[in-house]
Amino acid sequence: MNRIELTRNLFIKSALKNRHPQLAVFIVMLAGYVFAILAGLIGTPVGSHNFSIVFVWIAWWAILILVAVPFFGRGWCAVCPIPLPGEWLQRGAVLHPLDKKPKWLNLRWPRALRNIWLQNIAFLLLALFSSVLLTTPTITAIVLAAMLFTAIGLSMVFERRAFCRYLCPVGGFIGLYSQTAPLELRIKDKQTCVTCDGKPCYNGASTSLSANSGYGCPWDVFPGGLTRNTYCGLCMECLRTCPHDNIAVNLRPFSADLAKPSARLDEAFKAFIMLGSAMIYAGVLLGPWGALKDAAFYVGTSAWIIYAAVFLGIIFIILPGLFSLALFLAHRPSLKACLGRSRGVGRGTGLRTFAMFSASLIPLGLMFWVAFSLSFVLTNAAYILVSLSDPLGLGWNLFGTADVAWRPIFTSLLAPAQTLALVGGLIWSARMAQKAADESKISAIPVMAYCFAATVVMLWLLL
Amino acid sequence: MKRSELVSRILITVAVIGAVGAPLFFWSQSSLMHARVAESGGWNPNIIRADVGAPLHLRLTSDDVVHGFAVGQMNMDGVDVLPGKVTDLTLTFDKPGTYTFYCTRWCGLNHWRMRGTIEVGGSNTDAEPAPAPLYVSLGLDIDAPHEAPAIPSQMPSAFRGESLIRGLAISQFINSDFYRVHSPYETFENLDQYPLGESQRWDVVAYIWQSNTTLESLANGKKLYAQNCAACHGENGAGNGVFADDLLPSPNSGGGGDEVRSMIQTPANFTDPKRILGASPALLQGKILRGGMGTGMPMWGSIFTEGQIWDLIAFIYSFQFEYQN
Repeated sequence: MNRIELTRNLFIKSALKNRHPQLAVFIVMLAGYVFAILAGLIGTPVGSHNFSIVFVWIAWWAILILVAVPFFGRGWCAVCPIPLPGEWLQRGAVLHPLDKKPKWLNLRWPRALRNIWLQNIAFLLLALFSSVLLTTPTITAIVLAAMLFTAIGLSMVFERRAFCRYLCPVGGFIGLYSQTAPLELRIKDKQTCVTCDGKPCYNGASTSLSANSGYGCPWDVFPGGLTRNTYCGLCMECLRTCPHDNIAVNLRPFSADLAKPSARLDEAFKAFIMLGSAMIYAGVLLGPWGALKDAAFYVGTSAWIIYAAVFLGIIFIILPGLFSLALFLAHRPSLKACLGRSRGVGRGTGLRTFAMFSASLIPLGLMFWVAFSLSFVLTNAAYILVSLSDPLGLGWNLFGTADVAWRPIFTSLLAPAQTLALVGGLIWSARMAQKAADESKISAIPVMAYCFAATVVMLWLLL
Repeated sequence: MKRSELVSRILITVAVIGAVGAPLFFWSQSSLMHARVAESGGWNPNIIRADVGAPLHLRLTSDDVVHGFAVGQMNMDGVDVLPGKVTDLTLTFDKPGTYTFYCTRWCGLNHWRMRGTIEVGGSNTDAEPAPAPLYVSLGLDIDAPHEAPAIPSQMPSAFRGESLIRGLAISQFINSDFYRVHSPYETFENLDQYPLGESQRWDVVAYIWQSNTTLESLANGKKLYAQNCAACHGENGAGNGVFADDLLPSPNSGGGGDEVRSMIQTPANFTDPKRILGASPALLQGKILRGGMGTGMPMWGSIFTEGQIWDLIAFIYSFQFEYQN
């Protein structure tokens, strides 16, 4: 496939290799993150005027879901401040590796948990409380602080970035959707990696051993085996450590990773979690149903318990159940049609097929989130200017924008943009389903019908 | 340690401490007065101290919904206190004493509980003794039933009344000393000396009531009513304001609902002729000044000036009488 190696450009390469530009971004992000926690705790309890809500759930979310994930994959992870303090403590340094490492426990992450189920659970936990989380500055501050301290704690006990890789509630879906991004980090030549001595990209290379000093992959990935973006955090350590200049950052076609999808159930369910959550959020946050909003907001009440049960039921039973039904139907005609063929349906049955086909929902899910996010981002963007000038609601006017009146922006573009996103996502997913069906020699129509039905529901919820 | 590592660590430390320390410092210097619905605490602080003649600067913000702020007895229009925004306000007091400030927006069921005090001290701290209100000097029991034994068959009209009084000597009824201490029904009774039918006497009562007020008073009373009373008593005076239903605990709410229900009365219905035609202005003044004592009707004595209360009373009677214009 066509790829353009960005790291051929010496400016780009040196900007990525050099630690100082990244550190400068890290410092700004970390200061902003700490300020968001503080703002949530001491600023106005009015969410729409508190920096923590406005900059995390409107500004950051908009950048993440509308720009970072679709175009840069795990680009956000490359500058995320959450793992930094823990990582710096773990390394004993903020820049180059030390010859003598600090003596933390450095345990391997338990084998049974080397998947994204914990991330799925973490996301769902936040999702179930989202109505409160998204509107209450103190809760947002507590969650932000909890993530920061959990990441620090895990860095003291486990090696590398255990929090990012296995626990971060947003990391899971960023990884899933990063497979669609037109950006990747890959090796240039496989043989070079095979013969490479010491694999410094995975094991690290301290200053005294190599001119290319750097840390072993913080994401616990051996770059030589990278075929998908899912777990590559784009931290650029391997670019720094590789003694053979064998790491490239490439531009590539969208959704290139989905040509050979993962067959992991944890990732498959992530696709359903994200698809279902986008639809439920659209209903709760943008829909006209007051009782539903109340049920989602008043955590702990019987209405909320029913809401939570329905939420989980849709994600874990209804959506996967209907998808399984679609796959079952897809197999039936092929049973007859393929009887005469040497490559039958046998290799495409069961959980493996379920997991592989669920990858075709990834573009659809991403576009659901894009369409949903457009709604509230364009509606609430004016608060960003207000909060910039008066982040704590104390009556400041730092940049003269504190009195900007609230008004939705680009309202005339909203419905067409959402429709375009949803229909585009449907076509994109249908193409993925068709490719997967061709490989498995089954009919793609039931999966396409499933995507179509989900898109119609989402269109109804949004428009 | 390498110099670049050291500089980086210093930069990180400065950035993080700056991101926390600077806002914390400015936050600690800001003295905001917070408004929250009464269920969440009302005003904070709710006691403010000021000095006579010295400007009192207030920076008001709301932590939840739109509130309003005004100080009682000062004839001031309320200022809005918006969620997450800051409203600056400067007040100057020329008399010492304890002032009541209150919320002027219908922020919630317990809106009327959102009150606080400003204690204004000064060189002359001896508070002037307030004259006893009329209902006190008259010895009225404002909680006693006061229903009118008879009511008109149609709404009395001041216009018709005016055409009836030609040749009748009724000037003794058109002065505040008479008007304030008599109910419309008592006046109706007093008019039995004149050659008028029952419905005509009621029309003359309407004329007398209109003559004891002014258009300005009625307009001011209407404005005060809309701002302060309509939430419970209803825009049309029928006791069915937006909060009226919520004042009663629902039968299914449990927690001693029946007991509470028996204690709480529904807002007075000013369109009920028996209730209003049997009440004198002095009686209504007492009810407004003192409040309903446990009924949900707040005490307005510390909020309204005497003139404002008379204006309100004049407007309340307009639910019973047809006035000109």
